[in-house]
Amino acid sequence: MATLFQGVGAVTPFSASSSLDSNKLLLPSRKSLSISDSRGSIFVYRSDALNLKAATRKQDLLIPNAVATKGETSTSAKSGHELLLFEALREGLEEEMERDPRVCVMGEDVGHYGGSYKVTKGLAEKYGDLRVLDTPIAENSFTGMGIGAAMTGLRPIVEGMNMGFLLLAFNQISNNCGMLHYTSGGQFTIPIVIRGPGGVGRQLGAEHSQRLESYFQSIPGIQMVACSTPYNAKGLMKAAIRSENPVILFEHVLLYNLKERIPDEEYVLSLEEAEMVRPGEHVTILTYSRMRYHVMQAAKTLVNKGYDPEVIDIRSLKPFDLYTIGCSVKKTHRVLIVEECMRTGGIGASLTAAITENFHDYLDAPIVCLSSQDVPTPYAGTLEEWTVVQPAQIVSAVEQLCQ
Amino acid sequence: MLFGKKFRTQLPQAVGAAYSLKIDGKSACAVTYCGDGGTSEGDFHAGLNFAAVMDAPVIFICRNNGWAISTPVEEQFRSDGVVVKGQAYGIWSIRVDGNDALAVYSAVHTAREIAIKEKRPVLIEALTYRVGHHSTSDDSTKYRPIDEIEYWKMERNPVNRFKRWVERNGWWSDHNESELRSSVRKQLMQAIQVAEKAQKPPLSDLFNDVYDRLPSNLEEQERILREIVKKHPEDYPSDVPL
Repeated sequence: MATLFQGVGAVTPFSASSSLDSNKLLLPSRKSLSISDSRGSIFVYRSDALNLKAATRKQDLLIPNAVATKGETSTSAKSGHELLLFEALREGLEEEMERDPRVCVMGEDVGHYGGSYKVTKGLAEKYGDLRVLDTPIAENSFTGMGIGAAMTGLRPIVEGMNMGFLLLAFNQISNNCGMLHYTSGGQFTIPIVIRGPGGVGRQLGAEHSQRLESYFQSIPGIQMVACSTPYNAKGLMKAAIRSENPVILFEHVLLYNLKERIPDEEYVLSLEEAEMVRPGEHVTILTYSRMRYHVMQAAKTLVNKGYDPEVIDIRSLKPFDLYTIGCSVKKTHRVLIVEECMRTGGIGASLTAAITENFHDYLDAPIVCLSSQDVPTPYAGTLEEWTVVQPAQIVSAVEQLCQ
Repeated sequence: MLFGKKFRTQLPQAVGAAYSLKIDGKSACAVTYCGDGGTSEGDFHAGLNFAAVMDAPVIFICRNNGWAISTPVEEQFRSDGVVVKGQAYGIWSIRVDGNDALAVYSAVHTAREIAIKEKRPVLIEALTYRVGHHSTSDDSTKYRPIDEIEYWKMERNPVNRFKRWVERNGWWSDHNESELRSSVRKQLMQAIQVAEKAQKPPLSDLFNDVYDRLPSNLEEQERILREIVKKHPEDYPSDVPL
């Protein structure tokens, strides 16, 4: 584990790009909205009447923060507060712990140590050792423990120090987390959140550079989301905690130090929505997590070359937001998927199939998917860089796709 | 010998290695290492149980240094250390002062004899103290007192202890020490210089050894990568041979 924590404290190249545009247009999801104010200033989400199970849950009326569209002047341009992605996760976590005494955290070194990536820093001091629980090193055990706690009324957040370690908990995640609601005939709900950093870091070695979203995507009964900015990290964390279903929240080792200004008001994002990062006309580029930044870097080059790419951060890995994706495909007729997963059996592979099945008639060209190679991530830094899709490749792919 | 890994997967593997030595009738045993934290993992228990049932000639050496990152042993387990865990599985186990080089040598030597002659596993719990931080990203002064660290580093230093014993026997002197230190330093600097000049691993290393032979999908991925690097040489490191 010696090389595990190189992400901590390291300034990633992306932290300088606080040119992260917070003025993103959030497309309303047809699944969760019954009323939508389509003028784009305030989105009001109401849950379906069918979901009003527990009378104790008063928070059916969620008001995500107003997000200004481009060109709209905000009266308080400097409102909100700046923070790093790991702090945004912590803020979301803390707000939920404050709101609901059943929310608790468990994992290795999450207590007084504050977590390997500082996501739980200060929480043990505030909420005590029992609500922020340090566990022995046994992933299958503490995941199982989380599931048991969830079944009997708590809302645990299980932290895997690295997503790769959760392979030890695969049995618990698949057979219990995913299936217990079904196999118990709906009697048990598992409102658990399993989160942790994954992805290729800086020379963390093959076993600590895995993309577990590939392996978990088939498990029935779970939801998977991937955060990529402080804004969506906090929103997705809160949404995941409030969800009655088990949610796996994928963070990325290299994104924890991203800085962004986020709203002061409370907001919760939808777990099933994709995020429109950059609207465009020529090609739809679908991506998530760290690759979003490689795509945006490539987008700068592409714009200079006269292209107009539409970039969507899919965020929801299971299920896919086929509504947003479909609207985009119908507009641009060309799709490029950029992912960090391996070519075989990754998220990109599933997404390609889903788009082909649903929107085949709207495609002018075959879908192109840029992924990592089917090799264990090398330790050698130079080789490791070659397993990750680079902006230059993205530019080439778009140029070829748009010929 | 199998190297330590995070999940203690090496423990059942060591049992497998021991099993194969046994089948081959070799006069040898397997040895595997883990830490105090590692004894919480499932594979530790599976490995020990299997070793006992299979009568596998394997030595389990557990370095109990008191810490698993920030987790002290009291929060790792409530048993009397690790030695009782071995006993629980029916394995002969011994606890040793891990900072006493001679004691450790003696214990391991005997354990090896037992493992080979009697074809059975042995567990050695070596007690010690982790003086350093867990890793380069850790600052352990955040969760333990500095004077505690200093105490173990200075007064209970195992290397100094052994050194004093060697010196008392007349086999070593301060002069030998300074000579060795400077010559080793020279060797190291030279080795670093040589290593820095060494060629970086070539592109083909990315795909070799995934399987015994390169399958067609990896061949294709290698070809694609070569094309990309050729097309955008400025975006890829220039000191890596293609």
